[in-house]
Amino acid sequence: MRAMVYRGPYRVRVEEKPPPRIEHPNDAIVRVELAAICGSDLHLYHGLMPDTRVGTTFGHEFIGVVEQVGPSVERVQVGDRVMVPFNVYCGSCYYCARGLYANCHNVNPNATAVGGIYGYSHTCGGYDGGQAELVRVPFADVGPAPIPDWMDAEDAVLLTDAVATGYFGAQLGDIVEGDVVVVFGAGPVGLAAAQSAWLMGAGRVIVVDHLEYRLAKARELAHAETYNFAEHRDVVVLLKRVTDHLGADVAIDAVGAEADGSLLQHVTAAKLKLQGGSPVALNWAIDSVRKGGTVSVVGAYGPIFSAVKFGDAVNKGLTLRMNQCHVKRQWPRLFEHVRNGYLRPRDIVTHRFPLEDIAEAYHVFSAKLDGCIKPLVVPGPA
Amino acid sequence: MPYTSDKPPLPETPEQLRVRIPGWGVDLDPADRPAVPRERFDPGATGAHWEFPERQPEERPRERSIEHGTLPPVFGTTLPLRGVSGVVRRYAYRRFSEARAAHWLLLMAGDRIDVVESRVLAAVRGRPDDPVAETGVRSEVSHHGWSSRAGAGRADVVHQPMDPVIVAGPWVLGGLAAVVVARRLARRARRR
Repeated sequence: MRAMVYRGPYRVRVEEKPPPRIEHPNDAIVRVELAAICGSDLHLYHGLMPDTRVGTTFGHEFIGVVEQVGPSVERVQVGDRVMVPFNVYCGSCYYCARGLYANCHNVNPNATAVGGIYGYSHTCGGYDGGQAELVRVPFADVGPAPIPDWMDAEDAVLLTDAVATGYFGAQLGDIVEGDVVVVFGAGPVGLAAAQSAWLMGAGRVIVVDHLEYRLAKARELAHAETYNFAEHRDVVVLLKRVTDHLGADVAIDAVGAEADGSLLQHVTAAKLKLQGGSPVALNWAIDSVRKGGTVSVVGAYGPIFSAVKFGDAVNKGLTLRMNQCHVKRQWPRLFEHVRNGYLRPRDIVTHRFPLEDIAEAYHVFSAKLDGCIKPLVVPGPA
Repeated sequence: MPYTSDKPPLPETPEQLRVRIPGWGVDLDPADRPAVPRERFDPGATGAHWEFPERQPEERPRERSIEHGTLPPVFGTTLPLRGVSGVVRRYAYRRFSEARAAHWLLLMAGDRIDVVESRVLAAVRGRPDDPVAETGVRSEVSHHGWSSRAGAGRADVVHQPMDPVIVAGPWVLGGLAAVVVARRLARRARRR
């Protein structure tokens, strides 16, 4: 089969790989119809995630058709068109039984601090991802769900991570009516978080980024008030000023490991890999939220230490909430929001690349060329 | 202002927001939020029809974190450990927990060694790496590399020129080191 493979930092290509096989009785093999590149895939692409092996196929956002099932699979059948959450999870461990699917303890030998994620290095279990023609889907009775007839394919693929994660991030903020919510990052997750904050009754939603075309999207799609941090000497002072010096009630970090805004932080983390991530957005969130406020973190960070301003968080009495999203738990409610037109995930998509152009797709997304916000990957003919 | 007890006024009332924002407030009640409460004990909700999953066969010894009490029943089998990078990674898993920086730094070192091993292996197998094709740098032309950056005030433009240096730097340094070593060996051979 044809599959994207990692060849080292900043390098990917398409190769012929052996097709995946059923390795466990509850496995399924899914033929990928549509995949996406996630902003967190760029951390792998840039060589930031430990134990990313050359030859790994990335891709944790994908939908497709079930091609083969193991002998114990009961809930999906060959031919079903399914959307697959980015979490690989068993459904029965201590964490899964409590709804914490992202924290499953039965799927990742390589680490206990993180669950299983498709195509996200051996640190996340060593599973190949969906930027390929075929993919192995463990626990087919637990993760995948049929795509509703009314749902657009591009909406479905964005619900497998980006939009679900943004919605989850807004929930972690414990927003109450009239809260001022500031979202750092106007990528797909940040846009979804900003949209979701309104659904939870926010009184004001502010989005911060340095890419003007993304801020324009935040104004258009998320009805947000926007600020370009590159135009201001100190974004924390700016946010204090525009909130009457109180600060926001809730701040959401939807940027993660490769945040810009401090050259020192960015270079030591994203370039020299001396930190698990560049916590610029997280530090801004800590400093710009009001005392007693809540910081929600859904941006992805690596497992190595990062220079986070923890003292300010303590002194301000903040609540810090974070996790990877338990995707399938969000779906029933998210499906309602999509069907009612409150969320339109496909509006975030800007580019569609055939699998064979995967190197261009990664470069365009990584270098943020051509107004790229969300690129999709089409394994068959585009 | 935080200097008095009142919360600063909002620019719009809930009624105005409800008119302007489709769906405003539909999840106002935490009971409608699927992530609330954080933990919800309901093992029957996941679709799992087992108390503990059947174990996937361990066809070759699978490295695992020493923080695990046992090998989890299901795991990825792609790209088993091999070569020098495999030795380094295996040591990182066997010797250090996830709490230790050494664990992650060794894994990162293994990643860099893996790149060198894989380059050599690919060349030997007749499918050498193509830096132009694999970096997708041609999209700088097809996807408006110049106009995407020029005059846009982007914060990342400052450090993007470092990317080629970081990608090519180790190879240039490695090449220079190889030349120096080769010249010294040649000089030594001539002296004999």
